[in-house]
Amino acid sequence: MRRLWQGLLAVLTLGLGRRRERRRDEGEGDSGGGRGHDLVEPGPRNPGTELGVAALFLLAAASAVAFIVVYSLERFPAQHELFGVTLAAAFGFLGAGLIVLARRVLPSEELEEDYPEEEHVEAGIEAATIVEESGRSITRKRLLTAAGGTAGGAIGLAALTPALSLGPWFHTEPLRRTPWRAGRRLVDREGKPYRAEEIERETFYTAFPEGASHRTLGSMLVVVRLDPARLRLPRERADWAPEGILAFSKVCTHAGCAVGLYRKPTYPPTQPPPGLVCPCHYSTFDPALGGEVVFGPAGRPLPQLPLAIDGAGELRACGNFSNAIGPAWWGVNLEKPS
Amino acid sequence: MIRRALLWLDARTGAAPLVRKGLRYLFPDHWSFLLGEVALYAFIMLVATGIYLTLFFEPSFGETTYTGSYAPMQGLPMSEAYRSALELSFDVPSGLLMRQTHHWAANVFVAAIVLHMIRVFFTGAFRKPRELTWIIGLLMLFTTLLEGYLGYSMVDDLLSGIGLAIGYGVALSVPVIGANLALGIWDGPFPGSTVFESRMYVAHVFLLPILIATLLAGHLALVASRHHTQFRASKRATQRRIVGMPAFPAQTPRSLGLMLMTAALLFLLGGLVQINPIWQWGPYETYQATNGAQPDWYLGWLIGSLRLMPGFDLSIGDYVLVPNPFWGGALFPLVVLGVLGAWPWLERRFTGERGFNNVLDRPRDAPGRTAFGAAFFTWVALIFISGSADRADVFLGLDYESQIWFYRVAVIVVPLLVFFVTRKVCAELQASDAIEEAREAAEEEAKAEAVAA
Amino acid sequence: MRARHLLLAVVLGALAIAGAAHAQPRSGVARPPNEEQLPLRELGSQLYAGNCSACHGVDGRGQRTPRKTTEGIEGQGPPLRGVGARSVDFYLRTGYMPLSKPDEQPVRRRALFTDREIRAMVDYVASLPPPGPPIPRPEPGKGNLAEGYELFTEHCAGCHQVAAQGGVVTGARVPPLEDSSAVQIAQAARVGPYLMPKFSEKDITDAELNSIIKYAEMAAKRPHNDGGWGIGNIGPVPEGMVTWFIAGVAFVLMCVVIGSRLRS
Repeated sequence: MRRLWQGLLAVLTLGLGRRRERRRDEGEGDSGGGRGHDLVEPGPRNPGTELGVAALFLLAAASAVAFIVVYSLERFPAQHELFGVTLAAAFGFLGAGLIVLARRVLPSEELEEDYPEEEHVEAGIEAATIVEESGRSITRKRLLTAAGGTAGGAIGLAALTPALSLGPWFHTEPLRRTPWRAGRRLVDREGKPYRAEEIERETFYTAFPEGASHRTLGSMLVVVRLDPARLRLPRERADWAPEGILAFSKVCTHAGCAVGLYRKPTYPPTQPPPGLVCPCHYSTFDPALGGEVVFGPAGRPLPQLPLAIDGAGELRACGNFSNAIGPAWWGVNLEKPS
Repeated sequence: MIRRALLWLDARTGAAPLVRKGLRYLFPDHWSFLLGEVALYAFIMLVATGIYLTLFFEPSFGETTYTGSYAPMQGLPMSEAYRSALELSFDVPSGLLMRQTHHWAANVFVAAIVLHMIRVFFTGAFRKPRELTWIIGLLMLFTTLLEGYLGYSMVDDLLSGIGLAIGYGVALSVPVIGANLALGIWDGPFPGSTVFESRMYVAHVFLLPILIATLLAGHLALVASRHHTQFRASKRATQRRIVGMPAFPAQTPRSLGLMLMTAALLFLLGGLVQINPIWQWGPYETYQATNGAQPDWYLGWLIGSLRLMPGFDLSIGDYVLVPNPFWGGALFPLVVLGVLGAWPWLERRFTGERGFNNVLDRPRDAPGRTAFGAAFFTWVALIFISGSADRADVFLGLDYESQIWFYRVAVIVVPLLVFFVTRKVCAELQASDAIEEAREAAEEEAKAEAVAA
Repeated sequence: MRARHLLLAVVLGALAIAGAAHAQPRSGVARPPNEEQLPLRELGSQLYAGNCSACHGVDGRGQRTPRKTTEGIEGQGPPLRGVGARSVDFYLRTGYMPLSKPDEQPVRRRALFTDREIRAMVDYVASLPPPGPPIPRPEPGKGNLAEGYELFTEHCAGCHQVAAQGGVVTGARVPPLEDSSAVQIAQAARVGPYLMPKFSEKDITDAELNSIIKYAEMAAKRPHNDGGWGIGNIGPVPEGMVTWFIAGVAFVLMCVVIGSRLRS
């Protein structure tokens, strides 16, 4: 039995050895002749470092186990940080081990070889020729190309057509629509109607139309009260601010963020006038001027909503905004909001 | 045993010659060539942690009320997406680690691409025959920017929701077709229908990763096919001859080590440094705002350009031709993409070079390119920095409005200055190189004469 | 060696002197010499006359037109009659007042006056008719965090940032709230200092204010940084800095270490 096994080994060794010799002759690219039978240079001998590498690998293993332990026991303070540190250590030690292996134990050869051929002119020309010659039998090249191109284009269009249902691409009217109507009450975030007497000066309020979604851009308002004597609204809006209470769209006309900042002067002679400011790019709107832009990249004033105080003292809208709300588009000024 | 395995594989795939060749593929031995690899490994980490996250994240705008373990949000209405992200952060044992590692990996991914791109640009590695590789790389960069934006916007928190509103404003601002574009993407006026969350999810989890992976495969295949460039590190390294380190056994353990160290560093960041604490921002509502809402760093150049533009909508009569956000939000990045994409051909126009380039330039050896690159980078960098002028106001006390005016002037003047200064510096360095060479040559001659005498 | 030590000593000495000087009260705080003997209201009246009347007028009636004072400041300021203890206590304890120039933004400073002096001035100004609101006594412990989050986001976050880290509004820097006591937050909300809006009880009730303060104090002073180092709790700007200055540097170093140059 042993004889048979030894014999098998002998045959294998001889056979494989022979194949290795052949491969060596075919070897290409390895530089420097006269290196003997090896395909790869021998590396530096660093048995000490090898121990170090093994130690690093074992540290990696220990860290990985630590991660498993921390995960399973779930009762450590700073559990999250421990997760990160143990996992990082596991990968880190393994990586460090490999790098040390690469630099101190494995051979770092510097070899040379040619860059691959820049161009394969013959093959390229042949390939082109094959394509050209294949078309020799076609007599109506231009007709077929035109017809084929038309087919491709049309099929492409057809393939893209279902994308039309992705959204209301051509239905831009909703951009102009808001839930505000004449007589609609202003309510707060919880749905409670705003009374005019609740609106104080030197502060700001967020309001919505009663019964409408708060999320719709056309819904949200920012409401402030100024001294009526200080208002300088455009003539057509002179009666839009009863008792000096002004309502504007809360959506910035620049890029659509909520205009959630209000500054008011404690002492007007030394401090800037009241302003609604957007936190995204700091477009600043002057409520006394009807929402005009006084700083920042917004190109349109903040749309104003006409207000009225009803018999019960509650605030109601008298119509829709002075202009379409939100960021501008091609047709933003073409029609009033509806 | 390795032998047997390889032969078994070869019989079934025919791969042995490829493996044989591949094992001894030569890599250039400069550290800057590893920056691209860092990007690659960051991408792998993104996919790995990302897969984990998809197993827990609920990509739905459906309304729910929070009943989880984070007290300040108890009872608040929020979307399922946001709620599942909170759950990942607080109730899934290593969920927060994976979330944070994923986010850090995204930030690092783009940073590594930018560093890699800078190396490629200033050494001229994009020249013929590698223009295609360069274009693919650029496309990957811009796809990644979108991918990251969608990734952090899917979570539906206050900060990223505000960012989506701005994206909507920029889409609307595209001349003529903007409104149609925005309505199509969002399925209606902002905030759109609930299907928008699904669109972000599918794009972020499937479409864009496939695109990036395909571009990446092409990028790597091209690099291997045309071979890496190299610095003129030794006398033997020429346009025709590569000098370098073989893939095996030299480069492979180094690359594997770099991959593992990348993973280690990302997990370390994910565990020790908080990123995007969405529970502190709260869920997004269209009518809410917060100060200091910023995009992730790689979109900071866009918030800068949006803030710097003076306030005007370019109109003709009642038709708004170009709403304001278009300049900073769309045209600016397109210009950057266009200039960088066209650069290999632009440069060829200026230098008249027609041949293959395998040896890299030192930046000083290409003063025109280096000066332009420095100036272009300065332009983008100044716009980027201006985007955080509000934080500079808070920390350094510099008035915000004054800063904006300063930057409006600086982004035009400073790059011009940088261009001329850089060109001069390159010329000076080249001159000193020439003097060095002349001096060395003279010394050689003198030595030879002394020996002969 | 000796010259280096001398230089180090000089630098440290200069820093120490500068530090000590900074810790001293600014010149310009006028105090009566016999402070301890004076009753509270009289002390308050004298302190007011010496430090506040230049801008806020005699007897708190305000100073409409700028008036150059002996100290050289252009005095101009609102009347203080009716502002009450609430406002005076707030501005003095935060160091917002006195201002060196009427149009500069008040910033938090070490209070220049002692506690007795502040109580004196509060007592005096509060005594000027008409009567004004007292120092509030908020009870944040009774508040609700989730309600506080919603209210804070609606009324405050636009300027103060959702995690109370402060920010910018055109015309002012908005302070973070980590140094503010619960009383000061309540005072600021009711007073509306500088450009800040003024939220009365009708706008935000005392109970709602308790919730807001509970949330603001949590966010500013004890934020839930479950994810590790909070890096400022203001989002992507410090995150980007970590990406480049920590991770970026680390990765470049890694590449330099791994990608060593070979022999030739």
